Amino acid sequence: MSVLVNKDSKLIVQGLTGKEGSFHAEQSLKYGTQVVAGVTPGKGGTSVELAGKQVPVFNTVADAKKATGGDVSLIFVPPPFAADAILEAADADMPLVVCITEGVPVTDMMRVKHALAEKPHVRLIGPNCPGVISPDECKVGIMPGMIHKKGPVGVVSRSGTLTYEAVDQLTQLDIGQSTCIGIGGDPVNGTNFIDCLKLFEADPETKAIVMIGEIGGTAEEEAAEFAKANVSKPIVCFIAGQTAPPGKRMGHAGAIISGGKGTAAEKMAALQAAGITVVESPAVMGETLAKAMA
Amino acid sequence: MKIHEYQAKSLFREFNIPVPAGNVAFTVDEAVSVAKSLTTAKVVVKAQIHAGGRGKGGGVKVVDNGDAVKEAAQQILGMQLITHQTGPEGKKVKSLLVEEGSSIERELYLSIIMDRATARPVIMASQAGGMDIEEVAEKTPEKIIKEAIHPALGIQAYQARKIAYALDIPKEGMKDALKLLTNLYRMFLEKDCSLVEINPLVVTADKRVIALDGKVNFEDNALFRQPDLVEMRDLDEEDPLEVEASKFNLNYIKLDGNVGCMVNGAGLAMATMDIIKLYGAKPANFLDVGGGADAEGIENAFRILVSDKSVELIFINIFGGILRCDLLAEGVVAAASKLNITLPIVIRMKGTNMEEGKKILADSGLKFEVADTMKEGAEKVAQLMKQPVAS
Repeated sequence: MSVLVNKDSKLIVQGLTGKEGSFHAEQSLKYGTQVVAGVTPGKGGTSVELAGKQVPVFNTVADAKKATGGDVSLIFVPPPFAADAILEAADADMPLVVCITEGVPVTDMMRVKHALAEKPHVRLIGPNCPGVISPDECKVGIMPGMIHKKGPVGVVSRSGTLTYEAVDQLTQLDIGQSTCIGIGGDPVNGTNFIDCLKLFEADPETKAIVMIGEIGGTAEEEAAEFAKANVSKPIVCFIAGQTAPPGKRMGHAGAIISGGKGTAAEKMAALQAAGITVVESPAVMGETLAKAMA
Repeated sequence: MKIHEYQAKSLFREFNIPVPAGNVAFTVDEAVSVAKSLTTAKVVVKAQIHAGGRGKGGGVKVVDNGDAVKEAAQQILGMQLITHQTGPEGKKVKSLLVEEGSSIERELYLSIIMDRATARPVIMASQAGGMDIEEVAEKTPEKIIKEAIHPALGIQAYQARKIAYALDIPKEGMKDALKLLTNLYRMFLEKDCSLVEINPLVVTADKRVIALDGKVNFEDNALFRQPDLVEMRDLDEEDPLEVEASKFNLNYIKLDGNVGCMVNGAGLAMATMDIIKLYGAKPANFLDVGGGADAEGIENAFRILVSDKSVELIFINIFGGILRCDLLAEGVVAAASKLNITLPIVIRMKGTNMEEGKKILADSGLKFEVADTMKEGAEKVAQLMKQPVAS
C-alpha cells in the first residue's frame, strides 16, 4: 500500500499548457499515472496531446473536477499566481493539492495556510517541492520515475535532488519505497514532517522511514518530539547544512540559520534524543536504513 | 534583500513612523551641508553598511553641530569598518547618515518577523533596547514579549495597547506609540518585509517615541511585485561573485574552503558541502545550478567557481534524473576547455545515458576523476586534496 496517492488517483494539472506543466504531465502519464485534465484559464474546451493521449483543458478546477472526477491537483503556475491556484483547488474541494512552484512569497503562503484551516479535508503538499510518488502506481511531480522501486520504505524530505539521492541509494540496495513525499523547502508549507510521519505510521505496508531535513526553522525538532511518542517504525534521518554559515539563505527560502537558531547540530541532537538514527554522511542513508530494518 | 539604515528610515517616513530629521551623504561636503540644515546642537554621523555593531566599531559619532561634523565625516567615510557581523576584513564605508541628535530617556526594542511555525507575523518588543536582542533572548527571555498577528484580521487596537503597556510608554507618548505600531505592521505587509527592526526605539526627554535606528529586510520571493524596493539594492554590500551568480539564476555562496562545488538542487548542494567536510576537506562554496542545468549554466558556474582563487579542486555532483548525462558531460567538457581549466575535477553524475556521459569525459583528453556514488566522489576529493597539487 501507499499513502496520499495510488493507482486510482486522478490528476488534474493546473498550468498544463505551460512548458513545465506539459513536460512533467507527459512524464507522469508515461509512468502510468492517470492524468485526466488540465486547467488553464482562457483555454477551456481545448485539449493537449501528451504521450499519444488527448488531455482535455478546462477554465476552472471545479469544471475539470466535475467533468473528470479528478482528485489530485498538481500545480505548475508561476509564483505570482501560485497562491491563487492553491486557493482555487481548495475551493473546488480537491482532497490533495501538490504545488511544485518555487518562489511563492511567504506572505501569500501565510494567507493560504490560514484559508486552508477552514478546509480540513484539503491537504496541500509544498510549495517548492518535487511532489509525491507511490512507485509503480502514481507519480505526481517532477521526480525521475525510474530511480524508484515499490517497497516498504516511506521517504519524507524538504529537498528535491537530495531525496532522489536517498531513493537511489535504497533502490540500489534493492529496498523499495511505499511513498516518497517532498514537503518543500519554503518556510511556510502545507504538509509538514509530523503529518507525513502520521501517515507512514498508519500505513501497514510502510516498515521504515527515511526523513531528510535541513537547516532553518524547528520542523525537525517538532517531528522528533512527535516521533518519540507516536512512531514505532524505525526512522533514519539526515540533516543537510551541517557546514552552512549562519545568516545565509542556502538556495531554499527556508534554509537559513537566523539568530543562531535552526542549526543542523541542534536538529541532530533533538532527533537523536528521540531515538531516531541520525547519519552524518548523506552517502550512507540507504545502508543505514537497511541495517535499521534488519 | 537588505537595505541601508537611511533607506529604512525613508520608508519609515513614508509610513508616518517618526524618525530623527536627517539625510544621507556620500561626500564630506554633503555631510556638512546636511548638518547645516539641522537645528539641533548635537548631530549624529553614522556609517551606512549592511551590518550591525557599527557603534562599537567606531562607525557612529555624536558631535557638536559645526566643524566637528566635517572631521567626523572625514574619519568615517572611506574607513574599513570592522564589526562582529562584517568579518575580519570589514566593510568600506561609502555613505553616511547625518541626523539630529536626540535626548534619549529610554531605549526600547521593537521588531516584526514572520514566524514560520505559526505562519503568522510576530511583533517582538522589549524594554531592554539598544542591546543585542539575541543576547537578551538567551539570558533574559522574560524581558521579551511576543504578539502574534492574525493574517486576516491584521493588528488589533488591543494588541497595540498590550505592547505599548508592556513597554511602559509614558502617557504623553501613548497615542504616537499606538500609531507607530499599526503603521509598522502595515509597512511590514505592504512592502513584503521579512524583518523590520527598530533597535533602539527611544522615548525622548520630551516624551516623544522615535525610531532611532532601522533595519529592514525584504523577502526575495516577493521582489517581483516591489520594483521600487529592488532599486534600493546596494550591490557593493554583497559578495561580487554572489552578485555575478545571481545574474545567471545560480545560487552561489562563498565559503572559506578550497574545494569548489557544483551541484544541482539546494539540499544536495548542502549535503555535498557536508560530505566534503566529513572526509577531511573544506568546501569553498555552496553552488546550486538548479534543476535544469544546461550547457550555458554549467559554463557560467565554472567561470564563477574558478574566479575564487582559493579553489584548488572542483567537485561536480549532479543527480540528473531527467537530465541526460551525455549532454551534461558535453557541457562540462566544452566549458572546461573553453575556460582552460587546469584544476583537477572530480565528477559524479547520475541519470539517463550515464555510460555515454562517462565515455565523453574519458575521451575528452581532460583530467576528470569520475565517481559513481557520492561517497566515492568525496573519497576522491579527499585523496586529491591530500596530495600536493602539481602546478
